[in-house]
Amino acid sequence: MLPSAPLYRLGIIMSLDKETVKNIANLARIKVADEALEPLAGELSGILDWVEQLNAIDTDGVEPLASVVDVTLPRRTDVVDDGGCRDKVLANAPESEDGYFTVPKVVE
Amino acid sequence: MSDLTNLTIAEARDGLDAGDFSAVELTEKHIAAMEAARGLNAFITETPELALERAGQSDERRAAGKTAGSMDGIPVAVKDLFCTEGVLTTAASHILDGFTPPYESTVTQNLRDSGAVMLGKTNLDEFAMGSANITSHYGNVINPWKGDAGKDLVPGGSSGGSAAAVAARMALGAIGTDTGGSIRQPASFCGVVGMKPTYGRCSRWGTVAFASSLDQAGPMTRTVRDAAIMLGSMAGHDAKDSTSAPEGVPDFEAALSGDIRGLKVGIPNEYRIEGLSPEIDALWTQGVEWLKSAGAEIVDVSLPNTEHALPVYYIIAPAEASANLARYDGLRYGLRVPGDSLDEMYANTRSEGFGDEVVRRILIGTYVLSAGFYDAYYMKAQRVRRLISENFKKAFDDVDVLLTPTAPSAAFAIGEKMDDPIAMYMNDVFTVPASLAGLPGISVPSGLSSDGLPLGLQLIGKAFDEETVLRAAGVLETAADFKAMLNGEGS
Repeated sequence: MLPSAPLYRLGIIMSLDKETVKNIANLARIKVADEALEPLAGELSGILDWVEQLNAIDTDGVEPLASVVDVTLPRRTDVVDDGGCRDKVLANAPESEDGYFTVPKVVE
Repeated sequence: MSDLTNLTIAEARDGLDAGDFSAVELTEKHIAAMEAARGLNAFITETPELALERAGQSDERRAAGKTAGSMDGIPVAVKDLFCTEGVLTTAASHILDGFTPPYESTVTQNLRDSGAVMLGKTNLDEFAMGSANITSHYGNVINPWKGDAGKDLVPGGSSGGSAAAVAARMALGAIGTDTGGSIRQPASFCGVVGMKPTYGRCSRWGTVAFASSLDQAGPMTRTVRDAAIMLGSMAGHDAKDSTSAPEGVPDFEAALSGDIRGLKVGIPNEYRIEGLSPEIDALWTQGVEWLKSAGAEIVDVSLPNTEHALPVYYIIAPAEASANLARYDGLRYGLRVPGDSLDEMYANTRSEGFGDEVVRRILIGTYVLSAGFYDAYYMKAQRVRRLISENFKKAFDDVDVLLTPTAPSAAFAIGEKMDDPIAMYMNDVFTVPASLAGLPGISVPSGLSSDGLPLGLQLIGKAFDEETVLRAAGVLETAADFKAMLNGEGS
């Protein structure tokens, strides 16, 4: 068995409580049952405590690396080269009507 | 001709060219093997009619004296993370119920264009999030290799169905995807070859996205030569993926010269982690000896930020996943669970549609990207990611390729390591660093554990230098002479 990773609790980042989990779940549009909040908070805190070890690394002056691809993103001519396939786009919709996706009523 | 399923891709290609058997015969044998091994649960969707239709077309092409490409008539399996025109595509998630793409992913299109015959869509961890293939909505995949007293083992993940299908002779090769080790680790667990090419080598267009800065498609095969052949037909620049590299596709098979005299092989000191199993360590040492005997020069190198790779990965990958998986809204495709308001419909759909591990990662990702925490977690992780990438660049000033273990253990039993997410994440400790740096890596089956289970060694190369990686892998494969197929029964 591997050793668990070292933990550096510098106190910069707080572990998650129930309320925070509820808030994140809401931001992510995922419904979490009340009784599941506590165990989930424990699991997520465990993961966050573990990643906190990164705080011990000196990254002053280090630029963030968002992509390993060094190339400049290519440009193309600004012309319509796709589309005209409404039926294909709608083919997988759970519900559609008159060529549109349908949603629950949003305007009173 | 039951041994048609024991051929390599190279042998099958030569047999088809020589007219020893037809693509339809070859495909029929594999369909029978796929049906006989359903107990492994390696496939989510089997496509036998489509396979026979494409095999028939391949035979017609050959009869007319032409072939479509290097994979013409070769039956392969496709991880169910690639969109396939008119064929159910699930990502092993309930939330994609019934999704039938009206288009084909670039990688599977490339394979089709080179004549490959798709047998079906293989099982995986839900949205490719996992290292044991135990998070699929369609059930666990079982490793064709058995543990003590016939105990069922995991195939590794997330490309567990692809690895099992190739190991159990259901397909001559399979496509996998690798975000943090999802090709290489299951290849190691199932005793097959698995290659993650350089990020950008294969187009991501039409592949269900997990973590876009890391996801890469690659081949899973029974030999290094087969991996070279298959990668050649999958790879290539694609204008539909802006991160697809504008690089030509070399003749990878031609790189397998068998000659590594003078090749500099780096051994990263930091991969000798505390608590490394003695048998993995011994296999690694054996691998060093094999390459040295073949004329390679062994060089000790240092990758000082290795131990930080996993925590960096478990910030960046969930962050990207939480953004990518925002598209599952119950509106445009897949599952929809009604609600009284739009927000409630989203929340109902997503809570019912996503499994526990996916929810865990979306929540972590949402949190590390949220206001007030973005700098502390996400930006910090990206800065350390650069340090990891620079460590590799510096090491590759001195060496041509790196040799490491693929995974910290052999396949484990279903049910183990399930209580603690971090213990499960440790499976990828040797594969994640190269993923973060976008480098090519291959796992080559190199030996057996004391329990008689396959173990892989990993070779990591410079960006876009798959040729050197494959060349060294070919030499490693020859030296290891890994013939034991399923628990030493041989082929």
